[in-house]
Formats: sequence, structure tokens, C-alpha cells
Amino acid sequence: MTAPRTWQMALGFGLFFGLWYLATAVLALPRFERIPDPLEVLLQWVSRNPTYGFSIFTPDYYKHIGYSVYRAYTAFVLAVALGVPLGLIMGWSPLFRRFTFPVVELIRPIPPLAWVPFAILLLPGTEQAVIFVTFIAAFFATVLNSFLGVRSIDPVYFRAAQCLGFRSREVFVHVVVPGALPFVFTGLQLAMGLSWFALVAGEMISGRHGLGFMIFEGYSLAQYPNIIIFMVTLGLLGYASSAGVRILGRRLMVWRERQLGGAAA
Amino acid sequence: MCIRSVGKVYDPEGDQVVALQGIDLEIASGEFCAIVGPSGCGKTTLLSILAGFDTPTSGHITMDGEILAGPGRRLSPGADRIVVFQQGALFPWKTVLWNVTCGPVLQGRLPRDRAEAGARELLARVGLEGIEDQYPGELSAGMRRRVEIVRALLNDPKVLLLDEPYRALDALTKSVMHECLLELYDLTRKTVFFVTHDLEEAIFLADRVVAMTSRPGRIKKIIPIDLPRPRDYRVVSSAHFGRLKQEAVDAIHEEALKAFEAGERELAQ
Repeated sequence: MTAPRTWQMALGFGLFFGLWYLATAVLALPRFERIPDPLEVLLQWVSRNPTYGFSIFTPDYYKHIGYSVYRAYTAFVLAVALGVPLGLIMGWSPLFRRFTFPVVELIRPIPPLAWVPFAILLLPGTEQAVIFVTFIAAFFATVLNSFLGVRSIDPVYFRAAQCLGFRSREVFVHVVVPGALPFVFTGLQLAMGLSWFALVAGEMISGRHGLGFMIFEGYSLAQYPNIIIFMVTLGLLGYASSAGVRILGRRLMVWRERQLGGAAA
Repeated sequence: MCIRSVGKVYDPEGDQVVALQGIDLEIASGEFCAIVGPSGCGKTTLLSILAGFDTPTSGHITMDGEILAGPGRRLSPGADRIVVFQQGALFPWKTVLWNVTCGPVLQGRLPRDRAEAGARELLARVGLEGIEDQYPGELSAGMRRRVEIVRALLNDPKVLLLDEPYRALDALTKSVMHECLLELYDLTRKTVFFVTHDLEEAIFLADRVVAMTSRPGRIKKIIPIDLPRPRDYRVVSSAHFGRLKQEAVDAIHEEALKAFEAGERELAQ
């Protein structure tokens, strides 16, 4: 079962890198002449003495990763800590919903990057501004999905809880939270992706460190392999982050795994 | 429990739909009362009013002589009247054991270990040993139904309100469920209010079968069922069962036809 899948995956990667190599190093297609070929990127990436100063052996490489990871995760954690409770309570309490939902719906469509000047005005430094913009992107995905999660719970569970004599707090803990959890985790997955997305854009505009900043530096200073190195690094970090959220979700929703497993059998 | 001339009028955009009209029914403590009627006759509405999810527009409901609901006054849903819902309402994110013990434990009526012991005993009685740590999604529909009845009984309610609980089951599973329910009923003698559109089911289970008319929902006929208890599936083929069924069919058939024709008319419009 796994063997042909691994093989197919390897073939997909092989084709991708092969075409890339063909377009750049072999055929040197028009518009592709300044794009580094994959071999060159790889050699730079693993070089002990890289031409443009960044490889897996240079401490600076990890410094920039550290900056970006710190910013993305600070923003993500803040977004989850504030967004999940807000979304859940908004879904659960009609009174709270009437106050907050229109405001959220008005602010939500504003693209994260439109917040950059506002963030710089509001906050004492660019560091906080970049985190703020990242936070905004992740926050609304979390709020909205947590909200929808509660709204998606079959009303029969609330009625059953009433019949069983649950008090409000118990309804929240035993019905609202677990019932909304699948949607909440969809929200977290989205928020993780959006965090990286907004972070890189924020770093390009107002950062002094970080992967987004370095990608733009690579362009400005004509250190083209660095562009690709940092892009691939972002891809790997983003993938690992999403996988982490997914694994956590599975741990917390054993009931769902078992149910789906049972349905498939 | 006493239902006095209870009516319910729904008012969607002005044209009034009378769901229930002048329902008078007295249910004795420990009685098994089945309500049958064609789809849309308001039997589920009546159950919702008893459960406290809905408000009657006329009449009132008393329990042990105390007025609990009337126009504009809703019964508050509570653990004294447990509903077993049509589509089932076990919390899928909790284990079977949590599901069946949550009522008494959260209300603080029983310590957790006592509730769990009671749950295991009752689950074993309905043939469900060893499933305590499974999730509802892992069980068959029939097992979930039994778990749900166990959950209701462990709450020690005054009245059990069953809303077509066996609707989605196949005939074989259904007859097993009936015997299981009767065994638990004979054991606990709770007051049971059982809503169904299946006549045989109603006669087999109940002390009294209340046949309802379709729109407006009224009581057409009350048929006392004097089949001796405990009953088993063989009673279904007895001559007396046949006579009772005939009596009920006569009452219901006319109504089902009316409902069907009304439906046809609605479609034709």
C-alpha cells in the first residue's frame, strides 16, 4: 500500500525538479535565464562556504528562521487564545452575537496588509507591527471557524443537555467546545497557513530580519539562489506547522477518528 | 400528568396552522401511553410541549396537580421528563459511559462511581457489556438506541418521552428493541409517553393507544390495550392482538387517507 505511494510521490518530485532543471540549466528558456537551477540552489544550501552567505551551516540562516518562527507562532498563539473563545461565545450566546458579529463581519474583509500603516502607527516598533499584521490574518480565520463550529452543532444536543439537567457552564464545556472542535481545527489549519502568508508579506514591507525580508534582500542584492533557499525553507516550515496542528487535532478528537474508521470499514 | 384542552397554533406569515386542538389526556403514573397518528398530526408537537421545548397556545399541562405550562408559559426542560429523540442524541464526542452517567453525575444526584456501577448493570441487562469506553459512532443503530434508553432511565425521570425512537431501524432490530424496552419498563415502571406512526409497535408496547387525527391534531380514539404483561413477540400473532389492531386501523386509516388527500391537494396547488 505505502510502497507504490512513496514511489508515485518520488516520481512527482522528480518530474518537478527535472522540468525546473531543464527550463533553467539545459534549455535556458527566455525569462528563465536569471532563475537559478535546482542543483545550484542545492549546492549553495548545503555548502560549508556559500557564495552568498547563507546555507544550513551558517548561523545567520538559523537566526532568520528563528525570527520568522517566533513571529508566526506568537501571532498564531495570540490568535488562537483570543479568537477561539470569541468565536465559541459568539456562536453560543445570541446576545453576544448580536453585539459582536456585525463588527467582526465589517472588519474581517480588510486584507491583512491594509493594516500595516495602522499597525506601525499604533505599536511602538516594527517588530510588533509585523506580529500584529500576522495576528490579524490568523485571528479572523479562527474566530469565524469557531463560530461556525458552534452553529454547526445539531440543536438536538442542546435539547438533550437541557433534558439531562446541564447547567450553562456544563453545556459550554461538554457540548459547545467538543461539538465545535472539528471546525475549530479547520480554522487553526487555515490560521497557520494565513500566519505564514501575512508574515512574509509583513516582513517584506517593514522587517529587518526574517525569511520574507531575506527573500526580498536576495532580489535586491541579486543573490538569486538565496531567494529559492528561503522560499523552500518557508515551504518546509509551513508544511511542518500545518502537520503539527493536524496531529494535535487528531489527538483531541479520538471519537472522530474512530467513527470515520468504523464508517470506512 | 394531565393535559387539559391543549392547543397549538403556528402562525407562519398570517395563515394559521392549527397543529393541535383541544387535546385532553390524563396519563397515570407508571402508565405506558402510545400516541399514533399520520405524519404531521402534531404528535411530535405535543411531545415538544410536554418536554418544554414548545409553548402551548391554549390549555395547560399539570403534573401532580401543579400547573406547569399554559399559553405563553413553557415548561422548563428538565431531568424529570427525559426525551429520547427521533434522530438520537448521544454526544458523539463522549464515551458511552460518560453519556449514560452525565445526567445524575452533573446534577450531583449520584457520585460518579455509584452512577457508573448502575450504568454497567443496566447496560449489561440490555446485552451491552463491555462497550462502556467506546464512542457512539462505533456502535450500531440498535445499540445506540439501547444506550439512549439506558441513559434516560439512569436519570430516574418521572416521565419518559419517546419520539419515534425506532423509526430508522429495520424490522428485525425493531422487534428486539421493543422487547428490550418492555423489559426495562417492567423493571422500572416509569410513566412513558411514546410517539410513533407504527400501530403494531404502539399496541405491542402500550397500556393505552391514543389515535390522533391529522390537521388539526385532535384525539380520535383512545384504545385501552389489555394484553397481559410481560408480553413477548408471540402476542403479535394472537387473535386478540388482531382485534385491537383492527380497531386501531379503522380509527387511523380514515385519518391517514385524509392526510394523504390534503397532501395531494397541497401538491396540486
